[in-house]
Order: sequence, then structure tokens, then C-alpha cells
Amino acid sequence: MKTHVELRPGAYADSVTLLQVSRAVQGVEGVATAQVAMATPLNLEVLEQMGFTLPASTPNDMVVAIRLDDDSALDAALAAVETALTRTTSRDDGGDTREPHRTTGAALRDAGADVLVLVSVPGASATVEAMDALDAGHDVMLFSDNVPVEEEVALKTAAEARGLLVMGPDCGTAVVDGLGLGFANATSPGPVGIVAASGTGCQQLLALLDHAGVGVSNALGVGGRDLSAAVGGRSTREALRRLDADPAVDLIVLVSKPPADDVANEIREFAGALVTPVEIALLGPGQPDLTAAAERVLQRLGHAVPEWPVTGLDRLDHREGKLDHREGKLDHREGKLDHPEGKLDHRKQANRKGDLLQGLFVGGTLRDEAALIAGGEHPMVDFGADELTQGRAHPMIDPAIRLEHLSRVADDPRTGAVLLDVVLGHGAEPDPAAALAPVVRDVVTNGVPVFVSCVGTTGDPQGLDAQRAALAEAGAEVHLSNARATRRALELLGRTP
Amino acid sequence: MTRIVSVGADLFADAIESQAAEVDRVTWRPPMAGTEADLATVATDPLRVDANARALAAVLGVQAMLVDVRPASDVLGLQPGQFLHAGPPIGWDTASGPLQGALMGAAALEGLVDDPEQAAERFAAGEWTFEPCHHHHAVGPMAGVVSPSMWLFVLEDPATGRRTYCSLNEGLGKVLRYGAYGPEVLNRLRWMSAVLGPLLQTAVVGAGPVDVTGILTQMLQMGDEAHNRNRAGTLMLLRDLAPAMVDSGAGPSDIAEALRFVGGNDHFFLNLAMPACKLALDAARGIEGSTMVVAMARNGTEFGIQVAGTGDTWFTGPAQVAEGLFLGDYGPDDANPDIGDSAITETAGIGGFAMATAPAIVRLVGGTVPDALATSRRMHEITLGENPRWTIPVLEFQGTPTGIDVTRVCRTGILPQINTGMAGAKAGVGQVGAGLVTPPAGIFPAALAALAERTRARAV
Repeated sequence: MKTHVELRPGAYADSVTLLQVSRAVQGVEGVATAQVAMATPLNLEVLEQMGFTLPASTPNDMVVAIRLDDDSALDAALAAVETALTRTTSRDDGGDTREPHRTTGAALRDAGADVLVLVSVPGASATVEAMDALDAGHDVMLFSDNVPVEEEVALKTAAEARGLLVMGPDCGTAVVDGLGLGFANATSPGPVGIVAASGTGCQQLLALLDHAGVGVSNALGVGGRDLSAAVGGRSTREALRRLDADPAVDLIVLVSKPPADDVANEIREFAGALVTPVEIALLGPGQPDLTAAAERVLQRLGHAVPEWPVTGLDRLDHREGKLDHREGKLDHREGKLDHPEGKLDHRKQANRKGDLLQGLFVGGTLRDEAALIAGGEHPMVDFGADELTQGRAHPMIDPAIRLEHLSRVADDPRTGAVLLDVVLGHGAEPDPAAALAPVVRDVVTNGVPVFVSCVGTTGDPQGLDAQRAALAEAGAEVHLSNARATRRALELLGRTP
Repeated sequence: MTRIVSVGADLFADAIESQAAEVDRVTWRPPMAGTEADLATVATDPLRVDANARALAAVLGVQAMLVDVRPASDVLGLQPGQFLHAGPPIGWDTASGPLQGALMGAAALEGLVDDPEQAAERFAAGEWTFEPCHHHHAVGPMAGVVSPSMWLFVLEDPATGRRTYCSLNEGLGKVLRYGAYGPEVLNRLRWMSAVLGPLLQTAVVGAGPVDVTGILTQMLQMGDEAHNRNRAGTLMLLRDLAPAMVDSGAGPSDIAEALRFVGGNDHFFLNLAMPACKLALDAARGIEGSTMVVAMARNGTEFGIQVAGTGDTWFTGPAQVAEGLFLGDYGPDDANPDIGDSAITETAGIGGFAMATAPAIVRLVGGTVPDALATSRRMHEITLGENPRWTIPVLEFQGTPTGIDVTRVCRTGILPQINTGMAGAKAGVGQVGAGLVTPPAGIFPAALAALAERTRARAV
């Protein structure tokens, strides 16, 4: 076993690109493991855990670390590093000899008027790039997380003075005039406009409304902290103003993580003064869940509320051979399972001692919603949280960290069932089910039932039906509604949510 | 249809392109190590945008007119034993060979000693003083030494009456500003004070003020970048002054000698370009919140910058040795680290920043024409704006990149590109070559930290 570690000072690629490079090198014959990463403290920790010894470095150095099964494979491995890096960094410039723009401000000098800036650099540098956009008079979507709240306030104060909109920070999703940004789902134009202080909350609404056949013309994210006392709803007000002025919007939906009371009251007052009606869905204890909010939107539009789809129940039941499912006897409206008493409990007793519902999420709001429904005793983890994404890609792009935890949770004797989300859309990984399904199959085979909320629209590039089918085939019960998936899992555990 | 500018993960830019929308990608790199927090503080300084706009407008609004030529004792009040030099402040012990040599030569020129070699110990003993030109509204190329009897160009901004000063250029080779102090050097300086200075004064007064900013506009379109190439500018100055020199009543042989000297020294105009740049940049000094560099200067030991928003503080680091071509048998070991106030031209957006307009000298500094185009384009990444008067034909008449922004340097890691001459490291040697140099990277994070400190102090 030979190891190769080198530092490349001044070389840089973003964490997503380096993930792809690492995968390419891992695939070289004779390579046991490989990691190509920027030397951030978190990555250094990972590299040390992988058993690499590293020379002194700064976060601006690129580390190439390779362990070989076959010592002669080093040249091929290093060649693969070069090829993968070149493939991801070089772009045909059409013979243009212009210097590449190195800052947002420089790029905006030539960009024209109708421009939106999308910032997804590491959080410590995000404010500077976003400020360039505001200085040049452009709205900005700030995907980056780990932006300090005082910087968020400063950005939004500057935006307010200039009549501009800051979507974010930590804004995962936006649809602007039909264009999906970040992890947005493919949508059809329609009468609904969304203002979301919650990325996956927005995506859940998009998915449910899409299933109901209702389009969304704009979904403006504002960042999960916008309705906090510190930020004071600055972006929410601007976003509401924009949608109120949009003649295509008949109904505005405001969805937010639990807000500060004073700010919530101010926003209610602000929304009440607009011409366009506003449906306010502020998550929190005792408040309606996202699915209930979507149903109210449909009712206000005079639209029928459809049954929210479930996939994979048949398979689960057939294997167990205990549920009579010929009629598809789920009463969706009541959210209750119509099944022979005790059968599921019996199955659970047969296999498991645990009675905890373990939620492993990539979407923060989906996690919060599940936690609110399930109550405090069931562990619910958000792998997209700031502290888990420092120096690494979001779990919607890099599933590794959640997959690892999923195996661990399945072995935990306290576990009674597992609840997962799979979030589709532009920007999310191209086939999340491919990596998830084998692990789900193991977990289910091990006797732990798996429930999935697969949040996506029919137009999403991953293919909603194919993703659902693959997960169901692996033994999971797959829902479109996260609230339904949570309740279903709790019922299986004999809990009444 | 909305156009997207994407900075960060390519994945998101790809996702937008897959929806058939247009995306401009920023080639983002992490900033200089440890600058993230200060960059965010300064970016969110409520004064910054307006302060930088005012600083840039102030620089661009200055008209530099050559109004007089006078001895330094008159216009700066320099007394015997008082000297000026290039770059940030420095003591005798740490002064470089060329700076020591130039001061020694100037002491002999002023008659303080008979032999320049005798001057060293009296400078070391602190008997005479030497201060930065920049502290006296002046600039000097290379060692930049000014002594009381030297004649200076006097430039004035008519709108404000502000003035800046610079010595007369001695030519290339063995000259005082490169640290040479032999008899031929001192004799040339004596002739410049006795004949050239008074003749130029008569001509300037007779012909009326010369529009130096206007000549700079024209020479940039004639292949001069106004730092290492000043040929067109020098000839335009002669065109403006020659008739008045002939009319001055001076002896024909003196006039002929003066015309021959100026016309034979392609760098003569540099000493007008420099004070014109300083006159413009000084207009931006003291603008609280501005992150614009108002001076870059080297004393042969240290490279220093001053910034509009941090008062008179110098941020200094070790001066680098230029890369380039050497005269005769000289090589890199003979070269002194970077020296001179002439980087004021780059600070104002010409010199190395206008390299694209001077393809004739790209090989002198060891480059190619595409390198020159790329250099000027790259400098736009670290500057606040463009100079609409000073344009570069080959870049579609794009204005020169103007107003170096400390934050952009820290964000991109792109350092200002300076064209420069190289002095011999030993006192008395003179010029050994010419080339390209950059400031030491660390002075920009230091300036940024001071800007951030002021921002935080103001916020309390």
C-alpha cells in the first residue's frame, strides 16, 4: 500500500467539482481511495481520518491524496486527476482572448441591465460577491450558507435602500419568471406566487401544487432567517411587493420557518395591505403543516384537492403478506391507514425492539416539519445544516454523509423506522435513488421500515416517477407529502401523531 | 429574459444553461489568506460605494498643467542639508545602495562635501535630513533624490490651485537617480541647474501653461505607456516649448544643447507624467471609507502604498527585484530591489496598466504582445473604473484601468503590474536593466485590515 500526498498552492476548484474529480480518481484501477480537496480544516480532518499524513497547508492549497492497492497505478491516478480537473475547469472560450472576470463586480460591468446574480461561493466570501451585485443595481440570490447574521442584515439594509431583493442567504430554491435557480423544481407558469423563508418548504409546495395541476410563476426565496427578529423580514416585504405588482399572480403564498412573533405580526399587517391576497403558512407548533397549506391554497383558488400519491405500499404489504390492499385502502383525507388491526404492529414486534422514528433529511424545513409532527423524542437530523456543510458540498449534491448515517441508524436497536427525504430538481444530484436504493434495501431487509418523502415535480430532470419507482422497488414507502410520510411512519410505530 | 451572472459552483450555472437561459460565469478564487472577515466588513461599510465614487471622480477631474520650472529651494523651501527621496520613509542604515549613492551625489552637488564618498558618514550621523518626496507634494523617479539647487517642474490643477513637483529627467545610464555619483553625473546636474532649468522656465512662461494631461491622452495613442516609454510625449513637449526656447534670447549654443538633451532623452517626459499622476491621485486623499490606492512608491528597500481612506499611513513590505532584461554584462545579482516613485503612473492607470498600448517595448520587459493585452485587461479586475480621457486604441479605445481597489486586489490576488527600470545594488553603479515587478502581496491585506478597523470604529 503506497500513499501519495501533494499540496498544490494556488490551485482552486469548488467543492462540487473536487467531489467529481475525487470520484474519477477513485475509479482508477489500482486506487484504493483518493481525495482531492481544498485544505480547509474540515477536509483536513476527513483526510486524517482516511489515514493520510499531511504537510502544513493553508485553506488556499489544493490537496491531492491517493492510496494505492497497486503501486504502479500512481501515474494513471495522477493522470486521472489532471484529466478530471481540466475537464471541469476548461471551457471553450470561442477564441476570445479576454481575461476571465474574477469578481462579480467585474462580470457585471459588461452584463447589461436585466441581470440576476446567483452567489454560491463559500459563506465567508459570499457577502462580498452579493454586495457587488447590489452596488451594480441587481437582485441577488444567495445560495451560500454560513453567512453571519450581521452581514445578512447589512446586505438587506443596502438592498432596501436601493429597492433590490436579496434572496438568501442559505436560499436553496428560487423560481424567477419560470427560471429555476439553485435546487428549484421544474414548474409550469400559473397563478401562484410564493415567498419562502424556507427552501425545501418552497419545494414541497411546488411539488404538491404541480401534482394538483396548479402552476407557479415565481417563487422568491428570502433565506431562512428573514423573519427572525434580527433581520426583521426585510426581504419578505420586498418579495411580497414584487409579487403584488405582478399581474400574473392571483394568490401569494408566504411560507416560513418559525418566525419571531413581532416580525410575523408586522408581516401579516404588511400582507393585509396588499392588493393580491396572501396565504400565510408560518410553520410552528400548532400551525398547519406544508401539505395543509398547499390544500388551503388549492381551496382558495377553487381547485379540487387531489389525493397525494403514495408509491411502494403494495410491495411492502405483499412481502409481509398481511395487509389487505386490493382496494388501496388509504384514506388520504384523514391521513389514516385503513388496515386490519394489529397486523403492522405484529410485524414490527417480530423484527424490531426499537420504537424511535429516525429522520435523516437533506431539507431543513422538511426536517422541521417532521419534528413538529413527531414531537421531541424522535431524532430528526438535517444534513444540510450550516454546521454540517462547512467546507463540503450540500447533501443534495453529495449524498455520502447521509448514506453513512443511514447504515448506522439502521443498526441502532432503538430504531423502529426510518424517515428520509429525497429532493429533486435542477441542481440536485442527477439520480439520488441510485445511491440511496441499495442502502434502503439493506435497511428494509434488516427489518426496519423506510418511509421516503420524494419531493419533486413531473418536469424535474431526475424523473419523479423513476425515482419513486426505484425507491419503492428497494422496499421503501414513498410519499409526495412529507407530512403524510411522517404520520404514516408514526402510525406504523403505534404512535398517533 | 433574465440573464444570470453566476459566482460559485458550476453545477448551478450548468442547471441554468440546461433551461436554455444565458449565464455569465465568474472565475472565482478564494481571496488572499485570512482576508475574508475584513473583506466582508469593508464590503458592508455604508460609506464605501459613495467614497469610492467620489475618489475616482476626483482623480478623473484633475487637469495637470505645467505652469513653471523653479529651483527646489524656491518652491519647496528646501535648505542646505535637506533632501527628498523616493518611496516611504527610511533611515540611512537600511537605505539601499542606489538611494545612498544618490544622496551622496546630491550632497556633493550642493557643495556640502567635495567628494561624494565623504557624505556617507555625515548622513549616517544624522547631520542632514532626507524625507519622502510624497510628503512634500513631490515625486521622484528611481532614487528620487531632490536637493535645494535642483530645478523642478511645477504642475497645477487650475480648478483648485493645488500643485505637485518633480525634478528634471537626467537621461539613462550613469545618472544620479540610479545611484551613480561620478563627476560626469554631477557635471550634468550642474548644467541642468545652470542652463536647462532657466531655459525651460522661460519657455514655459513664454509659451503659456502646457497641458500635460492632454499630452498624456495623445501619447497613449502613439505607443507610449508613460512609464518605460515616453518618446512621443517627449517630442510633443518639445513641439510645444521649442519656439519659446528659441525666442527666449538665450545663446544659440545653449538652446541647441537643451534641445539636443531633451530630444535625445526618451524618458524626459516621465518627470511630467509622474507629477501629473500625483496631482490627480492627491485629489482623492483623505476620503473616509474609500478603498482606493493613492500612492505606490518604493525606496529600494521597502514598497509602500497609501490609501484614500487611511490618511497618510504607509503600508510597507519588502521591495521585490524586477524580472526583465539586463544591460551589458549585468545580471539579476547586480540588481537592487525595486525603487522609485514612478509607480505613481500605474497607480493612476498608465505605465504597466496601459501595457497594451505600448507593444514596442513589450520585449524590453521580457513579454509578448498578447501578454501586454492580457495585462491591461487583467488590471481592470482590480480597479474601480476607467479613464475616459486616456484610452487604448487596440482595446477598442477602452479607458485605462484606474483606481486600484485594495479590496479587489485582496479578493482576486491579482497584484498591480509595474513597468520599471532596475538600478544597480551598489552605490555609484547606475542602471543595470528594465523589467516588470509587482508589490509585495502582504501590504494589501495590511491596508485592508486598517480599512476594516476604521469601518468597525465608525460603526460603534
